[in-house]
Order: sequence, then C-alpha cells, then structure tokens
Amino acid sequence: MEIWVFAEEVAGAPAPLALELLTKARSVGQVAALYLGTSDEGVAELGRHGAGTVFKMSPPPDALPAAAVAAAIAQLCEADAPDLILFGLAYTDRDVAGRLSARLGRPVVSNAVDFRLEGETVVVVNEIFGGSHLMETAIRAEGPALVIVRPKSFNAEPGGEQTPTPTDVELPDVGHAGAATITAVNVEESEGPKLTEADIVVSGGRGLGDASKFEMLEQLAGQLGAALGATRAVVDSGWVPYSMQVGQTGKTVKPSVYIACGISGAMQHLVGMKDSATIIAVNKDPDAPIFSVADLGIVGDVHQVIPKLIEALSAA
Amino acid sequence: MNIAVCVKQIPDPANPYSLDEETHLLVRPEDQVLDDTDRYGVEMGLQMADADEDSTVTLISMGPSGSMQGIRQALAMGATNALVITDPALTGSGALATARVLAAAIKRNPFDMVICGTESTDGYSGVVPQQLAELLEVPALTYARKVEVAGGTVRIEQQTVAGYNEVEAPMPVVLTVTAGVVEPRYPTFKGIMAAKSKPVEELTIADLGIDEATVGTTGSGQETTSVEAAPERTGGTKIEDEGEAHIAILEKLQELKVV
Repeated sequence: MEIWVFAEEVAGAPAPLALELLTKARSVGQVAALYLGTSDEGVAELGRHGAGTVFKMSPPPDALPAAAVAAAIAQLCEADAPDLILFGLAYTDRDVAGRLSARLGRPVVSNAVDFRLEGETVVVVNEIFGGSHLMETAIRAEGPALVIVRPKSFNAEPGGEQTPTPTDVELPDVGHAGAATITAVNVEESEGPKLTEADIVVSGGRGLGDASKFEMLEQLAGQLGAALGATRAVVDSGWVPYSMQVGQTGKTVKPSVYIACGISGAMQHLVGMKDSATIIAVNKDPDAPIFSVADLGIVGDVHQVIPKLIEALSAA
Repeated sequence: MNIAVCVKQIPDPANPYSLDEETHLLVRPEDQVLDDTDRYGVEMGLQMADADEDSTVTLISMGPSGSMQGIRQALAMGATNALVITDPALTGSGALATARVLAAAIKRNPFDMVICGTESTDGYSGVVPQQLAELLEVPALTYARKVEVAGGTVRIEQQTVAGYNEVEAPMPVVLTVTAGVVEPRYPTFKGIMAAKSKPVEELTIADLGIDEATVGTTGSGQETTSVEAAPERTGGTKIEDEGEAHIAILEKLQELKVV
C-alpha cells in the first residue's frame, strides 16, 4: 500500500495535522509526503514522522497555489499513482483535494475520522449526526482514493525514522485557473493560547443573550489560562469572529477541560468538542443535549453561575 | 454581471435527521428549506447585482425539487431566476458528481462569478466549490469574509489559520463565502409575492448532456457500507443551581488540578 500525505508548511514547519496523518499512514503502508513548502528542516521533520519520499512543491509566495499544486499532483499520479492520498481538513488542503478530485475524476471523501484497508479497498469512517453514529464508506479501487481527515483524529508521534532527499516538483502553468494572487498576508494575533491547542476552552453560545456577555467569558478564560470558543449560532450572529467557532464547520478541539456556557449542544457543535477529556456545561434548559455529554452539568443561569465562579476563582 | 449562486435545499435542521435503512441516504421530506449558509451567498450575489446595473442573479440547485420551498426563499430575497436539476439518476451522488452537474448547468450561460457557501449543512463535504472551479477552469477564491469587485477583478479577504490574506483574481471566478460575510436580508412581502412568478427551470441530466454513468451512487465511486451507533459518551453529574452550583465547578477544576 502506497500512501501520499499532503503537508502544508505553516510558520516554517509542516502543519501538525500532516504529522498526525503521517503517523497513521506509516502504520498502514509506504509513505511519501507532498510538501507545499520550502524549509529543509520541514523536510527532515516529515522524515522523522515516517515519510520515505518527499515531493517538494514551492510555488511563488504571492500565488494562491491550489490550482497549480493539484495539477502537479495529478501529473505525479500519471507517472506512478499511490493507492491513497490523505489531506487534512484545513483550508489549503481542501482547496487542493477538491481540485485534484475533479482533475483525476476520483471521488474525495471528506470529514474522515479513521480509515483502513480491506483488501484493495480503502474504507473511510465518518462521524455523522454530531458523532452519534459512525458511517463507513468504501472507495472503489481504480486510481488513488482521496480522503480528507479531521484534525486530532490521530496522535502525531515521531517514528519510522527516514532521511528523505526532497524531489523538487515543477508546478505546471494552469492558465486562468491559477490566476489568483495573494496581495497581502495579515496575521491577527489573539491573546492567550490557541483554541486548537489550549488545555482549557471556555465556550459561549446563544444562551449568553448578547455579544457583550462574552466579556464575562473572556474574564473567566483569562483566569484559567483558557482559549475562548463559540458556537456557530453566535458566530453567525456576528458576536465573535469565525476563528472562534467550534464545531462541524469550525474547529475541532480536544482540551482537558471544556466549559460550555449557554450552549444547548446542537449536533453541529458537539462534533467539534465531544472528545474533550472533561466537559462542564452550564445551561438553563435541563433537557439541553449538551447535558448528555457533560461530566458536570449545571442547570442554571450562566449570568448567575459564571460571575460567582469568577469571583470564587479570584478569591481562591 | 452574470452571477450564479449555488444553493441547496436541505431537510430543516430543526428536526432530527435520519437515514434510509437500505440506501443509507439522508431522508428528504417534500418540504425542504434553503440551507442557512446559502443565504450569505445569495445576499452577496444580490449586493453585487445592486452595485452593477443589468446584472442577473441565477440560482443553481441540484436535488429533489420537492415543494421548491427553499428555492422560493432565495427568490423571495431577490434572485432573478433558478435552474434546478432534478433526476432520479442523481440519487446518491457524491461531491464530484454534484460538481459535474452544477458545472454543466452553469456553463449553459455566460457567467462572471459563481458564489457558493463553504459547505452545506447536511452533507458538509466542503469540496464542491473547488471541484466546480476546476471543472469550469477558473480560480477559486475560497473562505471569503469580505468581497469587493472593481474593474473585472474580485478582491477578497480570505480566512486563514493565522488571520486573513488579501487575494485577488480576474473574473470569471468561483467564490466561497463564510457565514457572516454579509447580513442576509429577510424577504419582504413584496419579494415573497414576486418569487411566485419568477422563472424556475427544471432540468434533467439528459438536458445537460450528462452521462448517467458519471453520477448517482454508481457514478460516484463511493458507497456507504454501514452505519452504526457510535459508542456513546454518557453524561455525569447534573446539578440544579440554587445559588451555589459554581462551587461544584470550582471543585471539579481543583480535582482536575487546573486551578
């Protein structure tokens, strides 16, 4: 079984998600990385996670790369196609996977949480209905199977030590499809730990009532050294930016402690946080679905409970 | 400007979803609603059309048409007309088959821009717009949180992990918009009345010259083989707040050694 793993360089190193995929992939077969980046250290890091071969693609920094990168991967497939190409559920990965799928005329199965081989067939596992059910999809084996995997589905661990020499892959001219350019890169620094890496997450939902109530959660998060999250309803209402959204269409988090404030627990939200080690929920509605996953559920008003908690924490 | 907006009618997310036991496909009622995420795309298209006279906003949709409730919702917001591709052969189509059908429908008329949500609420594969861009051979400006059009060029703020990039491309393009990019308008009474007489053209795959072998369950190259209940996470202690529940949270945090 030959598996290629797409790895985008983020801040000079392969995206953590790519290392998760390499870790899983090397337990299943021979692994090559499709590295969208320039760093030699990045190549070495891919090797330390089991990539025996690294195809290095280095588009000009101002090009939106997906169209040309997908075309380049398709050309590599023409020469020697793998059985499976793995992508992470991340912005660039999705753009490349979608285009590659159309170029190769092969299906792409998205949102996977696991995969396995059954003979020649790749079987992909998806969580559906907010994670209450597992769905298995078989991808028929003619050409590479394309799979997009959710973050944190596997743990990244170094292993299968390799010292690959990167093969530079030339990016073809794809004409108008490749005509998008990046004119500026803007970094929005958020205070405190990153949502996807934080050990504690404090999250707010519509039960907070209005946008100003997020200040209360900010205060709590500050006390706990936690990252702030939110539900889609709250993001759609414009209370907080999309970057804070936890759930199916937002980020997947797996902190030690997840504190859900005024969150009912819609499927869309649960799928992004239900694998947290401990879940604490505060909600007025005793029948809110969030209580079915909460280790500690408080049936009560967030506007009463949280200020008291903040006070108790500052006294402690 | 000719603007195509891809929209999807989905079962109302307010009701629990279920799958057909035999086909493992989502059960779709006769009355489906406009996917909430598509309202942002429709609004974006309408704002662009407002800024440029002689523009049209054409809705493109694939799937069982049912009562057309969802399509009428988008027309009531102000879209010009709709193309709905409905065919029994499309049942079970995956993302790529869907993109093939949408691309064929869009290509029937000249277009400057195709607007999509980032992913649907019921299927959420999140790759159809990119597939569509590849099939239409145009740039994909994805995850836009702000959009401007000037002199044949589309400029967006593209959501990234670290913040956002400013990205631009000459038209025609495929554009995907995140929720919150614009504030979707509510249909007015006049809009709702006008929507009843707006043209909705229903097409089959034969009308689009699409080979049945490339769509539907068979043409999609993927097949759901099983659906099972996942091991359930069970709830723990549940306390009714009588003024002291915050202490239980504090104790839990202390027990977990995070404070």
